[in-house]
Amino acid sequence: MSQGVILFPSIHFALRAEKIVQGKGIPYKLIPVPRHLSSDCGVCLRLAWEEAERVISLLSREGVKTEGVYLLSPKER
Amino acid sequence: MDKIIYFDNAATSYPKPEGVIQAMALFSHEVGANPGRSGHRLSIEAGRIVYQARERVTQLFGHADSSRVIFGLNATEGINQGLQGLLRPGDHVITSSMEHNSVMRPLRALEKEGVAVTVVVCSPEGFLDPQDVRRAIKKKTKMVVLNHGSNVVGTLQPLAEVGEICRRQGVLFFVDAAQTAGSVHINMEGEKIDLLAFTGHKALFGPPGTGGLVVGERVEEKEIIPVKKGGTGSRSELEEQPDFLPDLGESGTPNTVGIAGLLAGINFVLKEGVERIRSHELGLTELLLQGLADIPGVTIYGPKNARRQVSTLSFNIQGMAPSEVGWRLDEEFGILCRVGLHCSPSSHRTIGTFPEGTVRFGLGYLNTESEVRQALQAVRQLARKG
Repeated sequence: MSQGVILFPSIHFALRAEKIVQGKGIPYKLIPVPRHLSSDCGVCLRLAWEEAERVISLLSREGVKTEGVYLLSPKER
Repeated sequence: MDKIIYFDNAATSYPKPEGVIQAMALFSHEVGANPGRSGHRLSIEAGRIVYQARERVTQLFGHADSSRVIFGLNATEGINQGLQGLLRPGDHVITSSMEHNSVMRPLRALEKEGVAVTVVVCSPEGFLDPQDVRRAIKKKTKMVVLNHGSNVVGTLQPLAEVGEICRRQGVLFFVDAAQTAGSVHINMEGEKIDLLAFTGHKALFGPPGTGGLVVGERVEEKEIIPVKKGGTGSRSELEEQPDFLPDLGESGTPNTVGIAGLLAGINFVLKEGVERIRSHELGLTELLLQGLADIPGVTIYGPKNARRQVSTLSFNIQGMAPSEVGWRLDEEFGILCRVGLHCSPSSHRTIGTFPEGTVRFGLGYLNTESEVRQALQAVRQLARKG
């Protein structure tokens, strides 16, 4: 199963996103942002790629600022 | 330790609820890490605590967006960020004569940089007439900044009326809630408050070193100039400060252990209920006011009406300096209060106690009727014997 990550401007928005996906029962994990995606020292939300689109629109409806969604290559999981 | 009566809650609340102390110990034992920096589990857990604290702050003040809560050391830091961050040379700002130096000093400094300051004079009881604010508004007026509850005499200002005037005139309304957050109902939306500075260590029962600023939706985040600049854990590739909330206003490692305590403190307030806290404090204030009014030689300042003030009041005993009263209350009766000018010379000029100052009793939710009766007995004794 492919995995993706959603990036955020700061930890605050990552944690708001966590609360929202938790509420929907969507499996996720907060992981450090992969180096090739951003040099940021923060965390991002990893989840199943097929959930990504739905979650992005959910987050945007809730006013959570995001900074892109990326497909992870198999070796990054 | 001898039994003490702590009446200095207007300076900082003591004791703290047990849950606050436990939350800080738990944080120190089991979390400890720096939030928003690293990606490991403890860093994320620390971030969750800060996040929850932001959510509780917005819940308490009737504000929707927790990303607009800037945590800092105290209300003073929040006030400085709000004033210095938004006022520019050429702007006009209105305030009251009942402000604490936490507002007055930043304003006087801004005045030297070209910000015009109008101080609206309050009544001897400390009340601001909202119509005086309306009359003081000019074309260049950017903001009205107002102390919600006086730290000297407890006077509560009519926030909703001033908020309405500001909103109608397109002026930002900035409230200093240092003395009221947690003990008096505040609703940013209902009272049309655009900026709210709060402290965590008074009626919110957190430890010293907590507080901040809540930024309303009418304030454009990109317009705020950060007072402090530095590391935020975000946008690490850039040497410029982030321009989004809350990061723009939170540089450097936060007081996470303090925020863990603040979170527990706000949870305590929400569980007890602000209405219940207010009602208990109001009862104590009434008892104290009535008792003091019956003692010959005692002058009470301020509204002398528990419903129109917080549970802080000032008085003097005829023929005794405030410092002597304070010292003897401590030495002979174990009653701890504050005497002098309470960091607010302008308030003392307004109520007519400059430069001598007053004796201030700052009651809190954890004080009891029995303590108020004992204090009244002590004041009676001092006033009688001199």
